[in-house]
Amino acid sequence: MTEQPASKAHAAFATTFLAPAFWLIAFFLVPLGIIWAYSFGRTVGLTEIAIDGTFANYARIADPVYVEVFVKSIAYAALTTLLCLVVGFPVALAITFASDRAKIWLLLLIMLPFWTNLLVRTYALMAVLRTEGFVNDMLGWVGVGPLPLLHNNFAVVFGLVYVNLPFLVLPLYSALDRLDRSLLEASLDLGAGHLRTIFEIVVPLALPGILSGLLITFIPALGSYLTPDLLGGPDSQMIANVIERQFKRANDWPFGAALSFILMYLTFIAIAVQAVVTRRREALAR
Amino acid sequence: MSKSRPAPLDYLARWPLRLWIGLVALFLYAPLVTLIAFSFNESRRNIVWTGFTLDWYGAVVNDGDLLEAFGNSLTIAALSTVISVILGALIAVAMWRFRFPLKPAFEGALALPIVVPEICMGVAMLVFFSRVMPWPTDLPWPLDLGAIIIAHISFSFPFVAVIVRARLASFNRELEEAAKDLGASEWRAFIDVLVPHMRPALIAGGLLAFTLSLDDFVITFFTAGPDTVTFPVKVYSMVRFSVTPEVNAASTMLIVVTVLLTAIGLRLQGRDIAKLEGGQ
Repeated sequence: MTEQPASKAHAAFATTFLAPAFWLIAFFLVPLGIIWAYSFGRTVGLTEIAIDGTFANYARIADPVYVEVFVKSIAYAALTTLLCLVVGFPVALAITFASDRAKIWLLLLIMLPFWTNLLVRTYALMAVLRTEGFVNDMLGWVGVGPLPLLHNNFAVVFGLVYVNLPFLVLPLYSALDRLDRSLLEASLDLGAGHLRTIFEIVVPLALPGILSGLLITFIPALGSYLTPDLLGGPDSQMIANVIERQFKRANDWPFGAALSFILMYLTFIAIAVQAVVTRRREALAR
Repeated sequence: MSKSRPAPLDYLARWPLRLWIGLVALFLYAPLVTLIAFSFNESRRNIVWTGFTLDWYGAVVNDGDLLEAFGNSLTIAALSTVISVILGALIAVAMWRFRFPLKPAFEGALALPIVVPEICMGVAMLVFFSRVMPWPTDLPWPLDLGAIIIAHISFSFPFVAVIVRARLASFNRELEEAAKDLGASEWRAFIDVLVPHMRPALIAGGLLAFTLSLDDFVITFFTAGPDTVTFPVKVYSMVRFSVTPEVNAASTMLIVVTVLLTAIGLRLQGRDIAKLEGGQ
């Protein structure tokens, strides 16, 4: 038996479907729709917004100041994802081939910081990285520094890697765990080294999983608000910080709405690219 | 072959990987351990260790604002979890069981709260609750938290739906058919056959919804009025300019709460799954 048509079981369908669907529409799609409409409006007076179908807000994003913010955000998110991959891949590999007991402990090791509040984790980094923090203390013992580690671009990327690393390790692990081990053993038996086996067997076979892991890391990194806000300096604003400023201090909602939707479109493009690459690979494999 | 040579795929037994994992663990835990350690430090300046004290915890417990924020966060998390689990389970059953017009479009819309950047959802909620449905500010507690709870449910229940739907895929429909053949009503079959099968997913989903709610800063920051402060929003206003041992103490308490809850949840879930697998 497969799915049954809703028209044959009215009551059961209505009971299960209506409440969640109403919630999704009223408290998610409608608010987003309003933002979308505002992005084609302009501010008249202090709180009044006239939606007159103008594209002026989108045109303003072409200003070099904002283009730079977008380029910077994409670059930071990409760099973060790459660093997470480099740091996380060996960890995921070790977890995959560990004994069952060690596996649970290692997964817990990765998950525990992940369950800790994001703000608390960011705050912990602030305390460690600041000029009086213990990283600079240790550098002081070996005669280096103090280095400016906080409130600059380095701190933002460092913080993004710190916060997002578990996002990448877990999907990587689940991708690697599905591999057929006999293929890896065959490669090693036939004389390939470990690195060659990883690059020529493991990576190609696990590519769809690796790609979706990269996507899961890239999307939240791109929209980060807290990390650049607390760890960054005056020149490390990312898109989310600019959006926040439009809605809170600058009080230019239509422009903030346009920025939000550009950020959403970027997210959708990232998802679409991943889907296309995966599909093309599947088509090739057939 | 000597015993010291590890099996070819036992990467964990190789020293470079052990070293790497050690460094990653240091990277992940050193900041948190420092934070917890300095919540017990006597010196206010949070730099050198001068001696053990519980004063900062005393300060937190006597800080009415901070405690209120903590209570608000737990209340919001509890209420939004209950409603998210119900809504998420219902929609998962509907999507799993029925075919209806525009289903793929609806499925896409249901995935949106999971992928949309937090900041976009935050500003959408800000506009919604200030222009379309202004939330009254003079309601008694906990009703004054309504706007935040609504926002949290909106981003939590699609996650619950994903987890429950994955679980439903392994349901044997003949069981439900059998229950109905034996005279159970639609409702009884649902409660007595389907819900017990969904239980591990309901617990996992509830746990996730609770953590998501407790963790959320951005969306709450935009939805909250000036009088409804949650723990992350309160801590944010405290840490923006200074690093103080009170914040360390409050953060440590939050870490302990989250770790305990997750441990309990995992244990319950583990027992549940073990029982189900063992029983079959």
